[in-house]
Amino acid sequence: MTPIELTDGAVAISGRPILRGVDLRVETGEFVALLGANGSGKSTLVRALTGLRPLAHGQLRLFGTDLDHFDDWQRIGYVPQRAGATSGVPASVWEVVASGRLTRRRLLRRLSRADRAAIDDALEVVGLSDRRRDGVAQLSGGQQQRALIARALAGEPELIFLDEPTAGVDVPNQLALAEALRELKLRGATIVLVTHELGPLAALVDRAVVMRDGRVAYDGAPLTDHEVHDPWLGEPHTHHHHPRQQRHDHAPHVSSPLEGSP
Amino acid sequence: MSAAELFSLPFMQRALIAALFTGLAAPAVGTYLVQRRLALMGDGLGHVAVTGVAVGLLTGTSPTWTAVLVAILGAVLIEVIRERGHTNGDVALALLFYGGLAGGVLITGLAGQSAASLQQYLFGSITTVSATDVLITIGLAALVITTCVGLAPQLFAVSQDQEFARVAGLNVRFYNVLVAVLAAVSVTVAMRTVGLLLVSALMVVPVATSQQLTRSFRTTLGAAMALGTLASLGGLVIAALAPFGANVQPGPTIVLLSLAGFVVTWPIGAWLRHRARINEPFASDPPIEHQVTDEHPHDHGPDCGHAAVEHGDHVDYVHDGHRHAPHGRHYDEH
Ligand SMILES: Nc1ncnc2c1ncn2[C@@H]1O[C@H](COP(=O)(O)OP(=O)(O)OP(=O)(O)O)[C@@H](O)[C@H]1O
Ligand SMILES: [Mg+2]
Repeated sequence: MTPIELTDGAVAISGRPILRGVDLRVETGEFVALLGANGSGKSTLVRALTGLRPLAHGQLRLFGTDLDHFDDWQRIGYVPQRAGATSGVPASVWEVVASGRLTRRRLLRRLSRADRAAIDDALEVVGLSDRRRDGVAQLSGGQQQRALIARALAGEPELIFLDEPTAGVDVPNQLALAEALRELKLRGATIVLVTHELGPLAALVDRAVVMRDGRVAYDGAPLTDHEVHDPWLGEPHTHHHHPRQQRHDHAPHVSSPLEGSP
Repeated sequence: MSAAELFSLPFMQRALIAALFTGLAAPAVGTYLVQRRLALMGDGLGHVAVTGVAVGLLTGTSPTWTAVLVAILGAVLIEVIRERGHTNGDVALALLFYGGLAGGVLITGLAGQSAASLQQYLFGSITTVSATDVLITIGLAALVITTCVGLAPQLFAVSQDQEFARVAGLNVRFYNVLVAVLAAVSVTVAMRTVGLLLVSALMVVPVATSQQLTRSFRTTLGAAMALGTLASLGGLVIAALAPFGANVQPGPTIVLLSLAGFVVTWPIGAWLRHRARINEPFASDPPIEHQVTDEHPHDHGPDCGHAAVEHGDHVDYVHDGHRHAPHGRHYDEH
């Protein structure tokens, strides 16, 4: 069953159209990198795909079930784009990660041994095992981000959305995350990753989808971080053959208005 | 009258039971409110409940039940306003709060009741609770406590990160309304103990106190419930044992005792956090270069007064913003 099938999806936020005409079909086991400039609609698309933003138009099917009837949420993991993991009351790293296991827990039941093992695994993967008893508020920003990744991994999802999971995470830990995602991929999980810099994750990507101003500008083979911002990207029959302009002069140049920040 | 005699009086026993259950229930809900950064929600619901009490006085029905109903209505309304995410949701809440208080005073007047009859609900009158009141208090408080503890994993997840909880398949709207309703119920439970105007103190202050010393949610919740119970029982006992002739009201005593707990704990918490920061091990990377300290005035050791912090396989002594690691006969800068 196809994990994601979005046809002609549109999202409006307070009446203002943000995403238009988005078609996206992601097959089981695919690793899709969702790229694009700031404000191009990557997070909005992920939020639409997880049901957090209603579609103004179009149809979304998750694992072959229409979103309205979908209730297999334990198959889905989500790492939101977020600055921190804190709230008004202290919470330990373990507690935050354990809340990711809720999808698989029945009401009023204690954690099973499998639950505990999954939580321990997730903590191990992001390298926070020795800080499990610490409060999340005592962690650095990157460590909090890693706790949120562990929270999603704890649910052992089959389809996982990660919205800029490596923002603020150092290279050794990006490598650890890449390793964890490779493991998930080997187990057959489908992964949708939003990022500005693929870094160590580049080797895992099967397919790149580039958003521009709320539309899909490119959908195909993986791209380098530079090609994403190429103004010719997405124009049919040009980007494959068009020789990329070399701009190595040191004089300041006017950049294309469509170009985002590097 | 001796203390033993006092505690054998039925009205005092009823008051103690009511205080026990209120002290357990109010901080349990309060923890989730504080977690959502809605610490003042209890206050707002208390104001709304004033109208409920007044409606009870006007219609001659039990003010407890009308207060529960109106507070629940107010709670659901607040949740709706919050969910709609109006930019001025804050102002809308304030309007609701003041409307509740003004409406309550107005309706009490219409009912031909004096402000005094409202006063026992505004500031509590735990020593006048009837046997029925105690039963209602026990029932409602038990409901609040079992829900708050039994559904702790779900309520924690929803209060921690609503969006994540939604993608995890939790019915976030249901849990939001549930917390609001529980808050409304515990406001009414605490109404007789500390009064509607001070309800929020019993919901929030124990949580603020316990989180000075805790790092996990579970211990915060447990400690807040324990502290709430201590404060409400302690406050009642202090008020009851006050010298003859002094009019010490239990409601404000309970709140002040609870605040005193915070005042005592706060410096301890600040000191513990400070100590934890100082003693946190340094990252075990090797030093960038071998750099020997300048002429060193004394030997570092367990009694030198400088914090010894773990650094890989040895300790660094923190000395005037430098990190001194013993190396043979001298100290290295780490
Ligand atoms: N809550 C909101 N209210 C109004 N507009 C919004 C909201 N969230 C996003 N938008 C708008 O939707 C557009 C797409 O935003 P989105 O967050 O999807 O961008 P993004 O591609 O994830 O950017 P970034 O790289 O900065 O994370 C932006 O123009 C933004 O202004
Ligand atoms: Mg984004």
